[in-house]
Amino acid sequence: MNLDNEAKGSEDSLEQRETAGLSQGQIVLRRFVRHRAAMISLFVLVFIILFVFTAGGLALGNTENPIRIMGWWQWDFTDLPPLQGVMGEPTLDIIPEFIDGTGMQIGEHPFGQDSIGQDYFSLVIRGAQQSITVMFIIGAVAAFLGTVMGAISGFFGKWIDQLIMRFVDLIITIPTLIIGAVIGIQIGNLGVFFLALFLGLVSWTGLSRLVRGEFLTLREREFVDAARVAGASNLRIIFKHILPNAIGVVIVSVTLLMSGAILLETALSYLGFGVVAPDTSLGALISANQDAFTVYPWLFWWPGLFIVTIALCINFIGDGLRDAFDPRQKRRISRKDRTEARALKKQS
Amino acid sequence: MIQYILRRVGALLLVLLGSTFLIYNLTAISGDPLEDLRISTEPNAAFLLQKAIEDLQLDVPPPVRYFNWLIGILGLGGAAPTMGLTVEGSEVLDIIGLAIPISIRLVIIATILSIVIGISIGIISALRQYSRFDYSITFIAFLFFSLPIFWVAVLLKQFAAIEFNNFLYDPVISTNWMIGLAFVGAFIFAGIVGGGRKRFLITIAAAFALNFATLYYISATGWLITPSLGPLLITVMALGIAFGITHLSTGIANRRVLYISLGLAALTPVFYFVLQPMFNEAFDGSMMLLLALGTIAVGFIVGYIFGGDDRSAAGRTGMIVAFLCAGLITLDRFMQSWDEYYNNEWIFGRPIATVGDSIPEIEGDYWMTGVDAFTHLLLPTAALMLISVAGYVRYSRASLLEVLNQDYIRTARAKGLTERTVIMRHAFRNSLIPLTTIMAFDFAGLLGGAIITEQVFAWRGMGTLFNTGLAKFDLNLVMSVVLITSVSALVFNLIADLVYSALDPRIRVTK
Repeated sequence: MNLDNEAKGSEDSLEQRETAGLSQGQIVLRRFVRHRAAMISLFVLVFIILFVFTAGGLALGNTENPIRIMGWWQWDFTDLPPLQGVMGEPTLDIIPEFIDGTGMQIGEHPFGQDSIGQDYFSLVIRGAQQSITVMFIIGAVAAFLGTVMGAISGFFGKWIDQLIMRFVDLIITIPTLIIGAVIGIQIGNLGVFFLALFLGLVSWTGLSRLVRGEFLTLREREFVDAARVAGASNLRIIFKHILPNAIGVVIVSVTLLMSGAILLETALSYLGFGVVAPDTSLGALISANQDAFTVYPWLFWWPGLFIVTIALCINFIGDGLRDAFDPRQKRRISRKDRTEARALKKQS
Repeated sequence: MIQYILRRVGALLLVLLGSTFLIYNLTAISGDPLEDLRISTEPNAAFLLQKAIEDLQLDVPPPVRYFNWLIGILGLGGAAPTMGLTVEGSEVLDIIGLAIPISIRLVIIATILSIVIGISIGIISALRQYSRFDYSITFIAFLFFSLPIFWVAVLLKQFAAIEFNNFLYDPVISTNWMIGLAFVGAFIFAGIVGGGRKRFLITIAAAFALNFATLYYISATGWLITPSLGPLLITVMALGIAFGITHLSTGIANRRVLYISLGLAALTPVFYFVLQPMFNEAFDGSMMLLLALGTIAVGFIVGYIFGGDDRSAAGRTGMIVAFLCAGLITLDRFMQSWDEYYNNEWIFGRPIATVGDSIPEIEGDYWMTGVDAFTHLLLPTAALMLISVAGYVRYSRASLLEVLNQDYIRTARAKGLTERTVIMRHAFRNSLIPLTTIMAFDFAGLLGGAIITEQVFAWRGMGTLFNTGLAKFDLNLVMSVVLITSVSALVFNLIADLVYSALDPRIRVTK
């Protein structure tokens, strides 16, 4: 029995034993994979993305010369099929035959039809495509700008820092919804891509503050001095030496920013300052159908469920990433671990 | 310090200048405010058009117009300060003046309730880390975070207003609902209390029985139509409050403070009967404020005089107990007006409102208008709260967990303090410091109103002004909302920084 074995038996060393010999990336990946809610969310999100983009196909180009790549779903969101049933109720039935007597089926219009007969499934799919596109574009633009601006600001300091941070103050002062609405009313008719691009141009400010904070502490560290003495250029120090150390902050806050982005886009479209007709979006669908709730409840439920599911998945993934990147995060010691530790102790 | 504040205010004004300039020009180029007039077939359309162009200075390029607007606001042109005219030609200042109190009424209650409820749940969740309760709360918080407010609002309208009003025609709760509700309530309560499996089951059973009995009473007596607490129930609840608050503030073991709280609670039925004749038609808001302040003062003085060695703690406890007990009496008085409100001809038997901020036709005393405000506030407040409560739960939980890992908490435990003292005095207070920033942001949003919520529930506040203004490209209207929200955001940010440095002496603002 030696000291080494003693340490192995104690609960605190469980974590150390597990991470011994692994790189930072591997540790983070391991922790993330162990976060059950985040993993489930990741699968659900990937499934939703594949589902909506393959089912609905792609609509590119602008309103004058649209380019359409058809998906596997039979209706397009601009089609006007004849109204089925009494008022176009959903044909989706997921309750098996032995419970309610009718079999499971998808049917002609699984999510029903709206008041003019448009297939609601294809509308919701189209809306979800728009929301996901907006989410990723805002995320990408904000991640890029926020990181670069924050890095420059934190690394160079002095007047550059002052200039960038005052500009950040300027944008942060205005509530997101207000600045989004002012942008949306000008850009909304150019299509969802430009809307997202311009919303991204004002969404990077919070991230840049965080990155700047990281850079302020990291640039004083010894390894930065070492790199400089070794003759590394400023750009190399920023991107090769400092940024990898700050990447956790960036990834986590970009994820949370994306869940905010999807709610922002739907809210803008709901208010009429976002995606405009003939194109559609989840927020616009809810806005168009909210008054018919008592008569056509399905027109209201489906787009809402998609927004909530996507946003919830992103939030859980963000939570999982935060736990994974947080070095202080200790894994919960379960009863099983405790028994294992005790058994190890006895063995030695 | 003063120098620091002055420097900050200077920077603040510059930022404000930049942000308003940006928004002004963006809005100005986004559309034509006179589109309606241009296609109008009215005989005097050309004249109106000319007048509007002159009034709104539409022939001046936006960047220049911005400075004219600024001069108008600052009153530099020799005239009284003005925010310009709307497209229709009325003074923006007057419209904003009407909208601000409505927005504040909506948002302030939601914000304060969110803070209190959110922090309480967050604290309990942190203390019961990794329990069933904690996991459920975490999931629910994430769910609420992900809800679009306009979607929730429509659901609330349907289920909390329309269906609930239908239910009120015949307020009998079915047995299934009673069992379901009682069980959910009991489960949550048992989760809060915690403890081992045996204690958990006992708590569930007891809470279930109590909940079921309450629901049965409510259903059988038609309490929802003629609600009241009555002196007996008020006394029981007041004694409960006395025990609860004492437990949280100094602990039941401190007999002196416990007796002070119980004494104050015992006075509640006396005051109940004394105050009833006072609560008449002549009663108004200022008297209510006076009464509230008086209650707090009396509670504090009683605690302070009889507090012995622990004067300030006893004073604080007395203050809170007295205030809450008085709240019970007031609540009861509001409930007494419910019947009259419910039978008012303008209600049509559907008390929970889905749109608007009040029914102007309803005339009555302070209590009637109070009940009217309540029925209109209920849904929008609930919608706003769902989302901000989730935020506070997450932040306060994280913050308390962070503090509980600090060395000084271990020190406090090691020197033999009770768990209650460690948590309430050492951990809880310090965990509130980082929350000041978030609270400041929330309060800054007060003046701007809630853009979506006001739209859904048709409140005539700042948010609705912004929406209609932007949809009609009414520049001066939009700018007035932007200006007010920006100013309040900056001012509250400054206040947050100052409060932060006052609470946490490690942070020096003057540097």
